[in-house]
Amino acid sequence: MAAVFKKKIESESSGQVVNPWEVFVQDGEKIDYDKLIEKFGCQRIDLSLINRVQRLTCLQPHVFLRRGVFFAHRDFNEILDAYERGHKFYLYTGRGPSSEALHLGHLIPFLFTKYFQEAFKVPLVIQLTDDEKCMWKNLSVEESQRLARENAKDIIACGFDVTKTLIFSDFDYVGGAFYKNMVKVAKCVTLNKAKGIFGFSGEDHIGKLSFPAVQAVPSFPSSFPHLFPGMDNLRCLVPCAIDQDPYFRMTRDVAPRLGYSKPALIESSFFPALQGNNGKMSASDPNSAIYVTDTTEDIKNKIKRYALSGGKDTLEKQKSLGANLEVDISVKYLSFFLEDDFELEHIRKEYGEGRMQTGGVKNRLTEVLTQMVERHRKARAAITDEMVDAFMAVRPLPSMFE
Amino acid sequence: MGFSKDQLLNRLQELEIDYSKYEHPPVLTVEAQAKYVSSSEGALCKNLFLKDKKHRYYIVSAMVDTKVDMKVLSQRLGLGKGGIRMAPEEALGELLQVSLGCVTPFAVVNESARDVSLLLDKNLKNPTRCIFHPLSNDVSISLNTSGLDKFLRSIGRDPVYIDLEVNPVVGKDQPPDLAVYVPFNSVVVPELPNKTACLQTPPKNESGETKPVTSAKPSKSACKFKNVAENSAPLAFKNPEKFVEEILDKTSALFLSEGKGKSVEALTETQRKRLASELTHLAIMYKNTAYTEGFQAGKCYQPKRL
Repeated sequence: MAAVFKKKIESESSGQVVNPWEVFVQDGEKIDYDKLIEKFGCQRIDLSLINRVQRLTCLQPHVFLRRGVFFAHRDFNEILDAYERGHKFYLYTGRGPSSEALHLGHLIPFLFTKYFQEAFKVPLVIQLTDDEKCMWKNLSVEESQRLARENAKDIIACGFDVTKTLIFSDFDYVGGAFYKNMVKVAKCVTLNKAKGIFGFSGEDHIGKLSFPAVQAVPSFPSSFPHLFPGMDNLRCLVPCAIDQDPYFRMTRDVAPRLGYSKPALIESSFFPALQGNNGKMSASDPNSAIYVTDTTEDIKNKIKRYALSGGKDTLEKQKSLGANLEVDISVKYLSFFLEDDFELEHIRKEYGEGRMQTGGVKNRLTEVLTQMVERHRKARAAITDEMVDAFMAVRPLPSMFE
Repeated sequence: MGFSKDQLLNRLQELEIDYSKYEHPPVLTVEAQAKYVSSSEGALCKNLFLKDKKHRYYIVSAMVDTKVDMKVLSQRLGLGKGGIRMAPEEALGELLQVSLGCVTPFAVVNESARDVSLLLDKNLKNPTRCIFHPLSNDVSISLNTSGLDKFLRSIGRDPVYIDLEVNPVVGKDQPPDLAVYVPFNSVVVPELPNKTACLQTPPKNESGETKPVTSAKPSKSACKFKNVAENSAPLAFKNPEKFVEEILDKTSALFLSEGKGKSVEALTETQRKRLASELTHLAIMYKNTAYTEGFQAGKCYQPKRL
């Protein structure tokens, strides 16, 4: 479900570009999420919605919700309405396995989805789009399948429950009811429309044209007859990054024409690169991100050397003016991963008013990220190929709503 | 384990309480019961199992004709206007240890119902005999209220008869007259999957409709999922969070017991939270590993040779 296609698009008057294949802002600018929400037509997640989640789940809302990382949605309140009345839903998220190395930005939708699975006690399907990467990144079929399985291990390490989770790769799973839905969806999208949404041209091969349908149909429960037999009205919630929104607009447009419920969305902002606020992390620059395979030394050095600092140049300036919290990456990262609200507030206050220096903030960040990466590494080491087989087996999940 | 109907009937005999027994097919409503037990045997009664917002439970047993106004009852108990409602189905099994359609004053014989308040309609004293289920809805017994009183006293309960038809003013100078019957303790009924949707299955009551039987059949229009926990392994071994709660409870208890005499407290809330998160992660990995091994075994399983 990662970036589908890289293509130059005209910059808009606001100077920012956000779509499934490109995220771009002018130098020195930040992404204007309010404008984005307005342009896409989705809605902001406000405090009352977060409180509602807390009430319904009897759990503290996930740190990503509290800090506004997941900040926009479509129809999430309808999902909650139905949940209150006893109607459950299922989760759908995915990954385009283009590389073996995952960075922290990749983990965000999975960490959030895992919280959702636990909090609401609902099942989850995870799509590995090995076919997509085979087509777009020109990988061999075998290589893309291998990467899919490797990525599956990192995904499982986030802590998903095998009795409530199905992981599937397109090469393995497409067929049967899934393919029938793909054809139904494809019939509703003209070539011109696809060109408009995805930028296809006469030079693109026909494999790419039919791919969008592959990503659309996991939103429909009838694509998984062994999981949801007879539950055609079961709704689907898709946690994803906001650059995927145009993509699901297509799915939501098609759904009513097929007599299906529209998938609901809950969307996140971008995890910034170490070097700053422009755009998002890039897999091509290893120093722009912290990878789950980084050692403690790597993490310490990357943060020390590359994390953009909002602190002032000299100690005196820092003490008198305080740090610029808007651009400081370390504080930004802490807002994603430091669980303790009070501690974060404290750091923001002290650092912003000059009583704390960048070194201190970076040290704390190093601690937090090291702990996270360590835990991930340990969990991943315990994952065998047999466990991946179990997660990917086409089997019923009898306790999926427990 | 809950009292069975035979145990109850034996107990009544031991106490030399006079009753008549009528067996019939299982019934879920007063109307159905009336088909098998005629009014000459005694007066049929309706029984409501109620719950307030603070998780306190009540059984109200009344004559079929007595109007039970929930709003009035709620105010008289000091719970405000909408403070009382039908108890969810899971509480029926957990606290009263009876099935649907079987709420009866006799259910308070169970230890699990010790905090349930029993309120009896004073009109029950009028007829010679009243009819109740003795913990099972395929039997009805008729007995005089004096017999019921004797039974209640034998289990340490004082029979409480109230006039359900009065509507006294409740205000600043007129305290709620039934407030004294509110249980002292609230009861926690274990959470079940669709706790957010209270399955309202009113026991026999004045509406006279057959209870809507909520089944687990997935239908086209509804995807409600009834709790299936009764049929499977204890939650602590299936659910990583419950598993971790068990561990933390035991650890906490150990601290407390070891620290007797010294000033040691059980795990603090924050410690508990932090540990819980770590341990749950471990527990999920443990569960996934066990499932994987089972899955592998299943794949290679060779059916019995015949």
